[in-house]
Amino acid sequence: MEDETFTDISGKSICLDCQSHSSFCREFTVSSPKVSIGKVMVYTCSVWLLAYAVFFLTQNTAVLSSAILITLVGMMFHIHFVKVDHETLLVIGSLGIQVSSSYASGREITTFIEMSKIKDIVINEAIYMHQIIYYLCVLLKDPSEPSAVSSVVPLFQSSKPRLNCLVKVYKSCQEILSKSQ
Amino acid sequence: MVLKIFFPQCCNRADSGLLVGRWIAGHDSAVVLAVIHYPFIPGQVKQYIQQVGAASGVELSVLGSWSLPKEGQEGMESFLRDLSTIFPQERWLQISRQMGKMGFTCEILNRGQSKTLRFLEQEVIFVHYEQRKVMLSQLHPIETGSRGSLTYPPPAQVFQTVALSQPLFFLDKYDDGPLKSTHWQSEGREASIIVELLKQASVPLCLLSCFLFLSGFFCRIFSLYPLRFLSTKLSTCVQLSYRTEHMRTLSSPKAAAGHTQFMRKANMLVSVLVDVALGVLLMWWLYRDEHIAMLANTLVPAADHVAKELEQLLQWLMGAPAGLKMNRALDQVLGRFFLYHIHLWISYIHLMSPFIEGILWYGGLSACLGLTFALSLLSDMVALFTFHIYCFYVYGARLYCLKIYGLSSLWRLFRGKKWNVLRQRVDSCSYDLDQLFIGTLLFTVLLFLLPTTALYYLVFTLLRLVVVLFQGVLHLSVDFINSFPLFAIGLRVFRPYRLAEGVKFRVLCDEPGVALHLLMEVRLWHRGIICHSVFTGLNDSFHRLCMSLSVTVSTEL
Repeated sequence: MEDETFTDISGKSICLDCQSHSSFCREFTVSSPKVSIGKVMVYTCSVWLLAYAVFFLTQNTAVLSSAILITLVGMMFHIHFVKVDHETLLVIGSLGIQVSSSYASGREITTFIEMSKIKDIVINEAIYMHQIIYYLCVLLKDPSEPSAVSSVVPLFQSSKPRLNCLVKVYKSCQEILSKSQ
Repeated sequence: MVLKIFFPQCCNRADSGLLVGRWIAGHDSAVVLAVIHYPFIPGQVKQYIQQVGAASGVELSVLGSWSLPKEGQEGMESFLRDLSTIFPQERWLQISRQMGKMGFTCEILNRGQSKTLRFLEQEVIFVHYEQRKVMLSQLHPIETGSRGSLTYPPPAQVFQTVALSQPLFFLDKYDDGPLKSTHWQSEGREASIIVELLKQASVPLCLLSCFLFLSGFFCRIFSLYPLRFLSTKLSTCVQLSYRTEHMRTLSSPKAAAGHTQFMRKANMLVSVLVDVALGVLLMWWLYRDEHIAMLANTLVPAADHVAKELEQLLQWLMGAPAGLKMNRALDQVLGRFFLYHIHLWISYIHLMSPFIEGILWYGGLSACLGLTFALSLLSDMVALFTFHIYCFYVYGARLYCLKIYGLSSLWRLFRGKKWNVLRQRVDSCSYDLDQLFIGTLLFTVLLFLLPTTALYYLVFTLLRLVVVLFQGVLHLSVDFINSFPLFAIGLRVFRPYRLAEGVKFRVLCDEPGVALHLLMEVRLWHRGIICHSVFTGLNDSFHRLCMSLSVTVSTEL
């Protein structure tokens, strides 16, 4: 379990955790940086200052209570639907690959892809606004047509790690995949 | 190749015995379904397995032996090892576990080799699954004959095997049979009385569905031509045809083809039942405490009030509305024309007033068919009662439309141009002097009469929009009741494992030197899927509402 300093494509530091449960089962976890308390305070203070200003002008207390409600609802929505805490890739040789992302509120979304549908795991390039970024993806195939790629599933979409992190994950995955195909 | 053994969680603590299950060919996997305990007679075991295999259609076999040694049972190990000679198999698994330790040890014996071939511990994966949930979730593919079973991946085959081998789970170690086995039923049966009662109730339900099918057959007369136009206009008939369509789908004798078909049928049935229940509730509320008489008594004064408000509006328009100066003559003509209409309408309502209570009484009976019928009947009655507003809107719109048409054509003449019908474009044209003179005269007349007609058009269009909005809201609620997937939501709340979407794996223990243990859990429906299905149902009616609103506002230019 190494902990070198990896960063994502915008420079924020992320954490990669590799666990090898057995020779054909490995788990990779990429954790994004947590919600910073300073940002939260800045947002809340700005919303409330605005609400106080409006209250000062209109003398309507409903403005204040609605500002509180908006802040709370917005925060809950953010941690439940938007903020991804960590993303996991579990590779089980000859069974399949499981991709899961868990949000800051504890909600987890998991997808399991069977080994018969997986063609390969590759690192692909993409043009993202003014940058060219690398991303790891799973190539899927239809079992009836083994030579054609039916779809592409990108991995680690919220944390977007850089190439050094991706290469490490790629090498580990290829060791397992080459044995089971 | 890695060997995958799917092991039920209920057998983790079972006593030593034989493992019964199925080998999944081509994927190097085995599914363990039950453990048969000592004492047993091998001949009886073979017979039992053959019987159950024939009844369920699954190729069951004895996979190997399971040993969980308790105190006073040391001699079991060698006995179980010798069993491999009695049950001839390609591969014989010997799984053992020590009390207090988490990991299992597994030895595999290949037929044709005299000595035990001990595989390395890393080459076996134990995937634990919860048998009852896997059996009840509908993740397995239903058609078995069309595609070879080799093409399905192991998790899907596990689901299929467990779901099909229901006859194996009838006897367990607490029954007085020749064999004692452990599987999910050993943890206690669930809700069997309710299941029995439902089975008893299914016979009258089938009779009811036959009756409904016959009534649906009689509703085919709505497809005759003269009635078809009327039936598309009245929302009650639309709702009736929709429901008969549902009934026809529900009472068709063949079973549902796939999982989605089954869910759709179940949703339809539940929505019909809920609808009828709500309708009966509404009926009960309406018919007690003289509510119908109260409604009838408020209806005629309400219509009078609306007519009076309209008259006041027309008087305002005939004066100087919002400070605008109208053309007196045209104003008076239009105003008097509409006032006469209102007078006719009011006398018609007064003529009908003794019959209104009767009409309401019989109309309320239609609520027994469902709340949606009552709502669509209400929508139709609102349309009927505001028929005069609709007429005013039509008159105003036609007049305005004609005026705009004439104005545009004369404006082209004023500029010396003409509309070329053949080329569908505006061409220049030289007119005679008298044509130009009359054309300009008419153009100015129409132009100065424009504000008056425009104002009448605006006012009555707004009124019509209000009525259309109200009807639209009623239709939206009818569609909401029709398309709400209550069955799916009920399943999600009470039996979440029935709505499975996929599987999820979790690593249980990875001690070095012991085989890898994984837990296979059933992944449930995402909440977003239910919202999505509700919104797609509502989308159509919302779209229809927007279309009718825009048609009302736009003229036929």
